[in-house]
Amino acid sequence: MNEWLYVLLFMVVGAIIPIGAIAAGFIFGPKKPNPVKRETYECGIEPVGEAWVQFKAQYYIFALVFLVFDVEAVFLFPWAVKLGALGIYAVVEGIIFVSILVVGLIYAWRKGMLEWV
Amino acid sequence: MTTEQIIFLIVAGATLASGLLVVTSRNLIHAALWLVATLFGVAIVYTLLNAGFMAVVQVVVYIGAIAILFIFAVMLTRKDMRDSGAQLNSNWWAGALMAVLTFGGLFAMLRTWGGMSKTAAEIPAGFDQIAELGAQLTSPEAYVLPFEVASVLLLAAMVGAVYLAFNKK
Amino acid sequence: MNFWNDPLKVAAEWLEGVFVGWGMNEIASHVLVVFLGVFLLVLILMVIDIFLVWIERKVVARFQDRIGPNRLGPFGLVQPFADIIKLIIKEDTTPDGADKVVYNLAPVLSMMSVLMVWAVVPIAPVMLSVDLNVGALFLIATGAIGTLSIIMAGWSSNNKFALIGGFRQVAIMVAFEVPMLATLMIPTIFSGSMNMNAIITAQDGLWFFVLSPLGALIFLIAAIAELGRAPFDLAEGESELVAGYSTEYSGMKFGMFYAGELLHALTFGGIWSILFFGGYRFFGLEQVSPFLAILIFLAKALLGYWVIMWVKYTMLRIRIDQMLVFNWVFLTPLAFALMLVTALMNALLKDASPWLYGLGMFLSNVVVGWIAIEIARSVSRKEREKVEGVHQVAEAHH
Repeated sequence: MNEWLYVLLFMVVGAIIPIGAIAAGFIFGPKKPNPVKRETYECGIEPVGEAWVQFKAQYYIFALVFLVFDVEAVFLFPWAVKLGALGIYAVVEGIIFVSILVVGLIYAWRKGMLEWV
Repeated sequence: MTTEQIIFLIVAGATLASGLLVVTSRNLIHAALWLVATLFGVAIVYTLLNAGFMAVVQVVVYIGAIAILFIFAVMLTRKDMRDSGAQLNSNWWAGALMAVLTFGGLFAMLRTWGGMSKTAAEIPAGFDQIAELGAQLTSPEAYVLPFEVASVLLLAAMVGAVYLAFNKK
Repeated sequence: MNFWNDPLKVAAEWLEGVFVGWGMNEIASHVLVVFLGVFLLVLILMVIDIFLVWIERKVVARFQDRIGPNRLGPFGLVQPFADIIKLIIKEDTTPDGADKVVYNLAPVLSMMSVLMVWAVVPIAPVMLSVDLNVGALFLIATGAIGTLSIIMAGWSSNNKFALIGGFRQVAIMVAFEVPMLATLMIPTIFSGSMNMNAIITAQDGLWFFVLSPLGALIFLIAAIAELGRAPFDLAEGESELVAGYSTEYSGMKFGMFYAGELLHALTFGGIWSILFFGGYRFFGLEQVSPFLAILIFLAKALLGYWVIMWVKYTMLRIRIDQMLVFNWVFLTPLAFALMLVTALMNALLKDASPWLYGLGMFLSNVVVGWIAIEIARSVSRKEREKVEGVHQVAEAHH
């Protein structure tokens, strides 16, 4: 049997438990909605303007830098697993691999892109 | 039909359906979330192929990073989340024709291909896929150059993004 | 094989026999037994989760020189159950303008992402839920689902503060995932596998904490940031963002976020103990009985959880700009440098004696940490001088 079926099982059970808990709250809790109660709470006073505000470019840069390092890590994990059996040359390859990306990180930093302006 | 095939059919159907919803959703965040569902379906297909590493990578990179990137990008560019424009432009028939032709061509090609009815091969006991991948990535006879070039590609992506954002400011 | 040595297998075989006796076919009974096993594990986790509420409240009370819950039951032990009953009988409101499907899905996904981690956590030598060979990355993959749930909660609530809180939390989570990935590679290098059980088995002689104390520290910092706990809890900075992404949630849906966060903290305590403190291992005691191994693992996980609480109730909240600069400019390069130094030392000392290997690793960690702190100190001294210079100029103008 494929071991991932067990993971699927964990996913199903992991969804059933919170759904069950929320359903219990739905069954036992009172249901008396009124227009004032259904208003957005926000910070306690009446909301002003649209909730879906525009965000700044910084978030996008962080997500992109993260994406780059994420992909890098994905390449490095098989390298790390096999490292014990490989010689020093594999380590050097890894160092080159990471150094190339650190150049990018330094560039982003020098351009002030990693600061929260 | 084996259990695996039944699971595959369900997952493939759900993946295609969510793929369709990605392009038809009016709400951009909904489209992004349907994209997540599509990518997750692909991850499940990887597990059916006994490619556990690829499945996890699919979730880590596509759902953990790219979907988040999309949602950030949507929040960045559009103030109004609902797309009110027409969903089809005047060239819709050309697109539909190309899609039908591509599908027909692929269907005709794959109809005679024997690999369709195969199931995933069993991995021999004691075979470590990830270690083998690591060995291939670092071996000078195999993929060490693509491995390093991948790093350069990632660097180019990062520098490009920073440059674009810097110029906008 | 008796019950004390391998309780799960004995119980599973017995149950399967019972089900087959009832006229079920073998595959169906196997699937049912596995399902029941997973269900049992998750239920136990939820019960532990309930007591975590009590533990957290008691510990924070002690840190703040109070007594904490002490009215209901001995030591206030019944208090969390009262809390749960209160959550259940609360009205479950959905604000107008919220995106209903996404809004209701978010707490479920949040809890699910935490419970899924336990699929790869070995709680005793014979109790592996799933023996995945990608264990370490699986942790990050479930984290990705958690990140998604936060963005969904923040966006669907139709609330500016929830949205900003959710986005900040996600920015923090993705940022600190990078040093976490780098430090996850360190146990991987030592054990030559990403499998959680293989990582524990490889800590036969020495805990990886001895080999890489700095790696363990960086992992802990990244884990606290992933959890969104103090000093990184600015996504729910009450004074500015109300309660962050969970502002609009009420009743059990809020309870799921809250319980999910507590269980997540315990989970990270457990993962930390697996990666750096030998998991269920404790001087051969785990071989006596799996039940003892579970207790050892739970004790280590709770100890990790206690460290996380200790940090939470000691540190002040830091600003988001300070935090992101700290991550991208300091922690990420440090984590990668440490990982590469570890890889290099591993290759150089591969054939050396265990003592030399351990000493070399430990010293290299100390050296890397010392260099990093010296660099940080000189940079911050310059920054401080710059800021002080500005102040002096401003004062001179007055």
